[in-house]
Formats: sequence, C-alpha cells, structure tokens
Amino acid sequence: MRFRVLVRLKEGVLDVQGKAVESGLQDKKYAAIRNVRVGRVIELDIDGGVSKDAARSQVEDVCKLLLANPVIEQYEIMEVA
Amino acid sequence: MKVGVVVFPGTNCDQDIEHVYRELLNVETVKIWHRDTSLPKVDVVVLPGGFSYGDYLRTGALAKLSPVMEAVRGFADRGGKVLGICNGFQILCEAGLLPGVLLENIGRRFLSRFVHMRIDSDRSFFTTGTTKGSVITCPIAHFQGNFFADPETISRLEGDGQVVFRYCDQSGRQLDGDISVNVNGSLNSIAGITNSRGNVVGLMPHPERAVELLSGFIGGNSGLNPFRSTIAA
Repeated sequence: MRFRVLVRLKEGVLDVQGKAVESGLQDKKYAAIRNVRVGRVIELDIDGGVSKDAARSQVEDVCKLLLANPVIEQYEIMEVA
Repeated sequence: MKVGVVVFPGTNCDQDIEHVYRELLNVETVKIWHRDTSLPKVDVVVLPGGFSYGDYLRTGALAKLSPVMEAVRGFADRGGKVLGICNGFQILCEAGLLPGVLLENIGRRFLSRFVHMRIDSDRSFFTTGTTKGSVITCPIAHFQGNFFADPETISRLEGDGQVVFRYCDQSGRQLDGDISVNVNGSLNSIAGITNSRGNVVGLMPHPERAVELLSGFIGGNSGLNPFRSTIAA
C-alpha cells in the first residue's frame, strides 16, 4: 500500500519559506498572490501482509514520531494505491 | 569529573567543547558516538552544534532517532546534566527533552555574527554559579534559531524561571521587536531555556566560542562562566 503524507505548518505559525516565495512572485508582477504556505509531501510504501487499518495506523505513528512536529505542524494521510 | 560529548554525523562543534573543558577547565572529556546505545560514566553530556544528518526533514529531527538519544533521555530522567548548544538545542526540542521548537530566522537569513545574551535565571546547572542579569557576548551561527512555543508553554517557562538566556543589547536591555538585538525573532527574545528540574539546558548562541581573551576582541571570554558552573554544581 502506498500512502502520501501532507505536512503543513499550523495556522498562525510564521512560514518564512512561504513569505519568501510570495515576495519573489510579487516582484515578478504577480502582485495579487497572497498567503503562500509551503508544505512537504512524503510518500511511502508499506509492504503487504498487514491490513489496511494496521498500515494506516503505522503511518499515523511515524507522523507523530518523525514526519511532523506537533508543536508547529499538522499532517494529513492519504492512501494513493 | 568527566564530560561526554555526543557526535552525530554532521556535528562540527565537538572539538570546541572538548577544548573548553580539557584545556581551560582541566576536565576529562570523552566522545560518544551516535550509534552507542549506552553512555560511559560521565557527569555532564553535551550535544554540540553542527548540522546533524544534514538538517534533513527538520533540524534535529533525525538525530532524535539515533540510538544514543535513548541513553541520553535515560540519563536526563535520572537527573543527569545535559547541555545542547545550537543544533544540540534543536535536537533536545525535537526529542521532547525541552519544550518548543526552533523556526527559521525571521529575516530569512543564515546568521553568523556576535550577539549579546543576558542570564535571566540561575535555576539551571549551566547558570547556577553565574550572576543573574550579567551579559555574555558570543557568536551565533544558525538558520533556525527563532524560538517558538504555544502561549501556555511560554507562560510556564516565564513563570517558573526556565528562560535562562535572552537576547539583549550591550547593556542588557531586552528589545523583542528590534531585529538587530532579537536577531532571529524569538518569542520574548528567548535564546536558551531549561527544563523544570534545571538539569537539561539548550541555547542557540555559542558561548564555547567566546572563552579566551585571544578570540575576544569583541566578545572577550564571557562565555566561560557557564561552563565553569557545570563542573562546580
């Protein structure tokens, strides 16, 4: 099973990268672009032999352990295949 | 008395820490490799600065999974003294041994310069022998040094005297909104904190780089006192 994890900064946490992208675009005459937020996509496979629920809960575990920092980030898990 | 210095792939301030303890304070040091699953008999563990694991994913995130960190956690739980400087601070936050997180600097730049920081608490083992209110001048070198935590955590840190170091101007004045003083935009100008027991300390600036008058045409050796207090306390 393949999963996609989308990690984003929580609302209210300053996104320095997003700000840099935004001001870069605005310099190029895309002045209407606002509120750019940069996130991270992580994809991973889980070998067969575990149920879909067990696989998903493993992904949930590694999100908490490593992939996202709960102080500043939120995550979303999607099954892609 | 013995100080253990943990080395991760990408650590680069381990020699500086050894220099302070060995050459200036006459204390034995031992390096601890990140794959080690137990610690040698030491009194203080230092996580030095650097770029562990290339800062991949988030600074300090991969280092917290190193085998040695379980041993460091156990050591801290038993009251052992743990000091994290720069990347070491980031690792301690990621590992949950200290609260909060270090975000990217507010000015979107890697900062390599001198700063002033004020000692705001003597509750930690790193500041017990120092004078509260005194100012240390030493370098910083980081891209992620902007201390952030939720409001409850901040008020707990402030209320319990867990804010150990704060960025300030030369005369010790705190100026949160002034980017020439609070250079990375940290909440409440926080440069370093301790846990509630005072045995785990993390800070972004590098006092180990301001320990000799020779290097001190700007900073002097004001960084030496905290290290002295780690071996006295």
